Amino acid sequence: MSEATYSVGIDLGTTHCALSYVDLDLSEGEAVAQHVLSLPQVVAPGTIEERSLLPSFLYLPGASELGEGALTLPWDEAPAFGVGEVARTLGAKTPIRVVSSAKSWLCHGGVDRLAPILPPHAPEEVTKVSPLQASILYLEHLRDAWNAGHPDAPLDEQDVVITVPASFDPAARELTAEAAREAGLDNMVLLEEPQAALYSWIQGTEGTWRDQVSVGDVILVVDVGGGTTDLSLMAVAEREGSLELHRVAVGEHILLGGDNMDLALAVAVRNKIEAEGDKSLDAWQLGALTHACRGAKETLLGDESVEAVPIVVPSRGRKLVGGSIRSELTRAEVESLLVEGFFPEVGSDARPKARTRGALTQLGLPYAQDAGVTRHLAAFLARQLHATEDVEGFEPRLPEGATFLHPTAILFNGGVFQSGLLEKRVSAQIDAWLEADGGEPARILEGARLDLAVARGAAYYGYVRRGRGVRIRGGTAQAYYVGVEAAMPAVPGMEPPLTAICVAPFGIEEGTRADPAPQELGLVVGEPVSFRFFGSSVRRDDAVGTVLERWRDGELEELPEIQATLPAEGKTPGDVVPVRLQAGVTEVGVLELEAIPRKGDERWKVELEVRAGEQE
Amino acid sequence: MSDSAETPSFFARIFLAWVAYFRTLFDGDFAAGVVRLREGRPALPPPEEPKAEEPKKKKKAKKPAPVLKEAGPDAALQLLGLLQREGRFVDFIEEDLGDASDADIGAAARVVHDGCKKALDDHFTIEAIHASEEGARVKVEEGYDPHTIRLTGNVVGEAPFKGELTHRGWKVSDVRLPKMSEKHDPSVIAPAEVELA
Repeated sequence: MSEATYSVGIDLGTTHCALSYVDLDLSEGEAVAQHVLSLPQVVAPGTIEERSLLPSFLYLPGASELGEGALTLPWDEAPAFGVGEVARTLGAKTPIRVVSSAKSWLCHGGVDRLAPILPPHAPEEVTKVSPLQASILYLEHLRDAWNAGHPDAPLDEQDVVITVPASFDPAARELTAEAAREAGLDNMVLLEEPQAALYSWIQGTEGTWRDQVSVGDVILVVDVGGGTTDLSLMAVAEREGSLELHRVAVGEHILLGGDNMDLALAVAVRNKIEAEGDKSLDAWQLGALTHACRGAKETLLGDESVEAVPIVVPSRGRKLVGGSIRSELTRAEVESLLVEGFFPEVGSDARPKARTRGALTQLGLPYAQDAGVTRHLAAFLARQLHATEDVEGFEPRLPEGATFLHPTAILFNGGVFQSGLLEKRVSAQIDAWLEADGGEPARILEGARLDLAVARGAAYYGYVRRGRGVRIRGGTAQAYYVGVEAAMPAVPGMEPPLTAICVAPFGIEEGTRADPAPQELGLVVGEPVSFRFFGSSVRRDDAVGTVLERWRDGELEELPEIQATLPAEGKTPGDVVPVRLQAGVTEVGVLELEAIPRKGDERWKVELEVRAGEQE
Repeated sequence: MSDSAETPSFFARIFLAWVAYFRTLFDGDFAAGVVRLREGRPALPPPEEPKAEEPKKKKKAKKPAPVLKEAGPDAALQLLGLLQREGRFVDFIEEDLGDASDADIGAAARVVHDGCKKALDDHFTIEAIHASEEGARVKVEEGYDPHTIRLTGNVVGEAPFKGELTHRGWKVSDVRLPKMSEKHDPSVIAPAEVELA
């Protein structure tokens, strides 16, 4: 391990970034010297402030749009882009030049994530950036902010942990790692956000977590961030007399978060305003309205005696009195839109409305079609009924005939749950399912569910990686398959049947490799060859080489294609070389696929992301 | 003069002559006294009050004028910019409220209040000076700081005082004003905006 002075946790969020750090020399056991870095950023042209959060927004200004020194940072006289608060503020009035939710685009398999596609609706003149570039720019901002405050301990010499949603596919993880490398952060590992939240909770208990959970516990982490909902299950097992945590399952990537909820409220209020008179709101005013609704929502959810909160949308011009639009947000509206809309009471057999896979290339983000978080939750728990079966040292408490995996404890994370009411709603819903299914109510693990929990948990993880605390065991939460079309005569109107060969079993741990799959695939020398790629979060027992000819609906999820290119050196271009595929997980936490030829000891990397310009 | 009935020593008299020489030259009152002594008339009793006042007055006149601090305009302009940006403060104050309804003013005041509060909270730590509730009977101890506690009404006598707290006071314990880039002109509180269609 490196000679780092600090363990640095970076929450590279969909809507905000944060950085927390642990001073390794000053920390001992449970006594951890932890801080949150104040992040200098331009908040308005020419004005620099320090904030604990960096909004994940990027502004691409026009040539003469901003005056000299408008974007000056303590470490850069004239940056080409605006990052952080200034990007969000300027973008509210000039949406064609602002990049937001780059992280969701990074996990969008339907687009070329390395191509300059953001902002999606920008005119020709705007120099667009790729989702990867946007991530690099955010990381560079965090790096420069760190280095400005720690000139003797540059970030590239520290242990850095960057969090990713547990539901990120292998390609999105690889791209996040690539962004970190591009930003010069070589001592970097990835950590799943729900795990970071649990680490943050563990740290917060100051060692008493061992008294709060016991063998056989199943902890459900419900992490509703600004843009995504991330679900994970952790099992508490015992090994050699001490408790051990296993992350046994992660949920699907659900593009649904707190921002959607605030927007839903704002749209409802806007409709009310527009129905009342001839006033109409522009995009900036809708943004201001969303902001006002967020505040009103927190008041209504936090104080049950309040029935309505007035909302005022300011005018854009200087005439504030008379020019502003008045309305209000009522308790009934919040309850029907938010509580019933996003957290409806449903049965444990409820399932989200299925997302039909559209054309391969989609223009917009694949937002969750079903806004019911509880339905996603019900589907997740049912799908993972058998998730704890193979955990060593685990004592299952699941009653016979259970229809879904029973969580015994719940950890909530994310700003959405700050109000308490939504937390109660979700926990009551789960308890109702548990009771109907013959289980016991789940308890809530009390802890900080602040905006900073993920960054703090990540920094703490960097500390425990040095053997100074409990580690959550995980490994890959999916088994991976390569799709091969069966060789058979073409039948008009019928797709050739597809078989899936398992190349990576469930639960490969960091820094280890699986055996190569025995099947040989043909690669063409000098030409990129693509394969269809699948993942399964439920087929836990498939060994490498297992061939699936059919599978149940929802058992396998198609991921973006993978691609291998054999260099032409020393071979005849066009020749077909038989190779076997071997999977591993790097120390960083990224899935790696390699093609191994029958002869020789060469290995070629199989790209999880089809690179631009190499596509046929 | 009555307590100096003893005859001064020779050396003391040399010193006295030296002092008397100059005071006779430059101090009119002293010279008048010397004249009375030479003529054998008794010295006048010292005029108590004015005599004591006079040297003080002269000293005051010689003291340099008090230095008055002058705040640079940048911080004030910055604050105005902040209040405008967050709470539309200048828009609101510069508006003519003559014909506006109270409901409209109230609506606008919410924007101003919410935003200005955020601006203050983000950039200043403001605390009440006195911990008691307003209206409570409080005691002002001896040695209190008149900068932080102002006595009003029937102000007589010496501390400790007892009275009613009419205002708790405010004190800024921390200021976190934004930094500005060198080229930034803080006198532009809000730029004009032109929306391109």
